[in-house]
Amino acid sequence: MHRHDDRRRPTRLRGMNAQLAHLRVRGNEAIGPYSLLHVERGQLDPGVPGQFFMLRTEPLLLPRPMSLCMARAGELGFLIDPTGKGTEALARLDPGDRITVFGPLGHGFPLDATDPVIVGGGIGIAPLPYLSESLRGAPALLGFRSDAHAVAGALLPNAEIVIDPVRVTEPLAEHLVSRPEATPLACGPEPMLAAVGRLASHAWLAHEAPMACGYGACFGCAVRIDGELKRLCVEGPTVLAGRLYVPDHDSSPLPSAVGVPA
Amino acid sequence: MTRILNASGCLDALAAPEVADGLDVFVTKTVTPLPRTGNDPIRIAESDVGMLNSIGLANPGIERFVAEYLPELAERIPSLWVSVGGFSAEDFALCCAALDGYACVDAIELNVSCPNVTAPADEASAIVAAARGVTSKPLYAKLSPALPDIASVAQAAEQAGARGLSLTNTLRGLILDPATLEPILATATGGLSGPALRPVALAAVYACAQATSLPIVGMGGVETGEHALALIAAGASDVALGTVLFGDPAAPHRIRTELEEAAQRRGVASAAGVFRMALGDELSASEVSSKPGIRGDLLPELTKVAVGS
Ligand SMILES: Cc1cc2nc3c(=O)[nH]c(=O)nc-3n(C[C@H](O)[C@H](O)[C@H](O)COP(=O)(O)OP(=O)(O)OC[C@H]3O[C@@H](n4cnc5c(N)ncnc54)[C@H](O)[C@@H]3O)c2cc1C
Ligand SMILES: Cc1cc2nc3c(=O)[nH]c(=O)nc-3n(C[C@H](O)[C@H](O)[C@H](O)COP(=O)(O)O)c2cc1C
Ligand code: FES
Repeated sequence: MHRHDDRRRPTRLRGMNAQLAHLRVRGNEAIGPYSLLHVERGQLDPGVPGQFFMLRTEPLLLPRPMSLCMARAGELGFLIDPTGKGTEALARLDPGDRITVFGPLGHGFPLDATDPVIVGGGIGIAPLPYLSESLRGAPALLGFRSDAHAVAGALLPNAEIVIDPVRVTEPLAEHLVSRPEATPLACGPEPMLAAVGRLASHAWLAHEAPMACGYGACFGCAVRIDGELKRLCVEGPTVLAGRLYVPDHDSSPLPSAVGVPA
Repeated sequence: MTRILNASGCLDALAAPEVADGLDVFVTKTVTPLPRTGNDPIRIAESDVGMLNSIGLANPGIERFVAEYLPELAERIPSLWVSVGGFSAEDFALCCAALDGYACVDAIELNVSCPNVTAPADEASAIVAAARGVTSKPLYAKLSPALPDIASVAQAAEQAGARGLSLTNTLRGLILDPATLEPILATATGGLSGPALRPVALAAVYACAQATSLPIVGMGGVETGEHALALIAAGASDVALGTVLFGDPAAPHRIRTELEEAAQRRGVASAAGVFRMALGDELSASEVSSKPGIRGDLLPELTKVAVGS
C-alpha cells in the first residue's frame, strides 16, 4: 500500500495543503513580552488567516500549534507567548536553527464575512495581523493586560487598543450597536471568547485546546461543538460562536496549565 | 517483509489519508459496542520521556462504525484491521460478529489491555474465545505491558485461538502541572506512550516471542528505524507507529527507509533478517544464516548490536 518513493515526499492531508517541512529559523524578535519567530517559508502554503501550523524543535516530543501571524514574502511569522516548556523553546530559537513545521492546518476565518470586525485579546492577537492584511484593514479592537503587552498592538497599526481593567468587549458592544450586522472575528482567552459569543452568536471564534497532532490523529483536542466533544483541529480552530461551548471562568484566574493567553 | 502499521488510536485514515498511504496496514481506533464521547478535556499532556492520553476510547460505536465509516475505509484502505474493545467478553463478541461479514476487514485487534483484573490470563482467554466463536477472521490480542506475567497471558490468548499479538499498549502515568502541582489531565492519570515505553515494549515482545509462536506486532516508543529493528530482533514480525506520528506525519516513509538502512548497516539484506536475534535461539541462527546476503561472520556481532540498540 505504501509507495516506494523517498521520505521527502510531501505529506498532504485530505482537502488541505498541509505539508511537513524542515526549515531554518531566520530570527526571533521581541515584541513586548512576546516573541515573533521568523521562519523561512520553504515550499509551504501560508494558508488562510486563522489556520495554524504545528511547530517542533528540540527537546520537544510533541509539536506545538501556532497560528500564522505574518506571511511576508518567503517567510512565515509566528507570535509566541513563552509561558511553558514548548513555547519557551520556540521563543529561544536562534537564526540558523532548524525547526519542523507542518501545516497549514484546520479551518481559518471566513474572509467573506459581512462587515468584519477583528477582535483580539493578549496573545490572541497572533493570527490577526495576517487576518487584517487579508481583510485590507478591517476595523480592529484589541485588549491587553498591561502596557507592556500592548506593545504587540503595533502589529495592527489601525487597531483601537484597550488595557485592563477595560475589556475589549466594551468597544465591541459599542461597535455592534452602530453596526449590528458586523461579524466579529475573534481570538483571545476563553473569558473573552465567551463574552464575544454572548454579544454575537454569529461571531467566529478562534479557540484553543491542547493538541498533540493538529491533523485529527490523536483525539486530544476535544472541545464542545454543537453539544458534542469534537476535534478542534478538524472542526476549527475557528468556529461559529453559536456552535461552540467556551468554558467561562471569567472572574477567576486562569489555570496556567491551560496555557490560555490573557 | 516487515510490515509497518499505525498503533490503534494514533491515526485517522479518513482525516489524513496521505499519512495512511505510507502504511502497509491501517488499524482503526478501538470501537466499542456503544458510542462513547470520551473523557472531558484536558486529554493529553507531555513529559520529557513520553506523553499521557486519556481520550477515553471516544468512538462512534460499532453500529455507526459499520454503517458510516467502514464503507469509506473499505474504499481507501487496501489492508484494514479493526480494533475492538469493551468491558466484557460479550462486548468483544458483539463487535466481532458485526465485523465478520465484511471482506474489507483483514483482521481484528482485540484491545484486551486492562491490567486491573484479578485473573488476566482467564480474562484474555475468555475474550479471545468469545471472539473466536463469532468470526473466523485473524484475531490479534493487544496486551498491557503492566501485566505481571505477560507471557502467560499471551499463551492463554494463543490457546483460545488468537492468531497474533499486538505488544504493547500504554502504561498508567501521571503528570502534574509544575505551577499548581495538580494533575494536568481531567482524569488525573492517563496512558503513557512514547520513548519511555520503548524498553518496556521490547521486554514484552522478548517475553512473548519465547512463550508463544504467534506473530507479534511490536510497538511502543518507536521513533526511528533503529527502534523498529530492535523490536524485530526481540521477536516482532511487524512494527506499529503511535506517538511518533503526532510530531512526524511522514514517519511511516522515514522509518521504513531507516529500518532497511539499519539492517544493511549490519550486513543484513533486510530488516526481517534480524528477526529473533536478541533471543539467540536456534531458530533465529539457522533461519537467518540460511538467508542470502547475510554474512555469517557478523552474526554474533549482530545479536549484540540488535539487543543494545
Ligand atoms: C490552533 C492553535 C493556535 C495557537 N496559536 C498560538 C500562537 O499563535 N501563539 C501562542 O503563543 N500560542 C498559541 N497557541 C497556544 C499554544 O499552542 C500553547 O500555549 C502551547 O502549546 C503551550 O505549550 P507549552 O509547552 O509552552 O506549555 P505547557 O503548558 O507546558 O504545555 C504542556 C502540554 O499541553 C499542551 N497545551 C497546553 N495548553 C495548551 C493550549 N492552550 N493549546 C495548545 N496546547 C496546549 C502542549 O501542547 C503540551 O503538550 C495556539 C493553540 C492552538 C490550539
Ligand atoms: C492518543 C492515543 C490514543 C490511543 N488510543 C488507543 C486505542 O483506541 N486503542 C488501543 O488499543 N490503543 C490505543 N493507544 C495505544 C497505542 O495504540 C499504542 O499501543 C501505544 O501508544 C504505544 O505506542 P507508541 O509509544 O508508539 O505510541 C492510544 C495511544 C495514544 C497515544
Ligand atoms: S490535535 Fe490530535 S486530533 Fe486534534
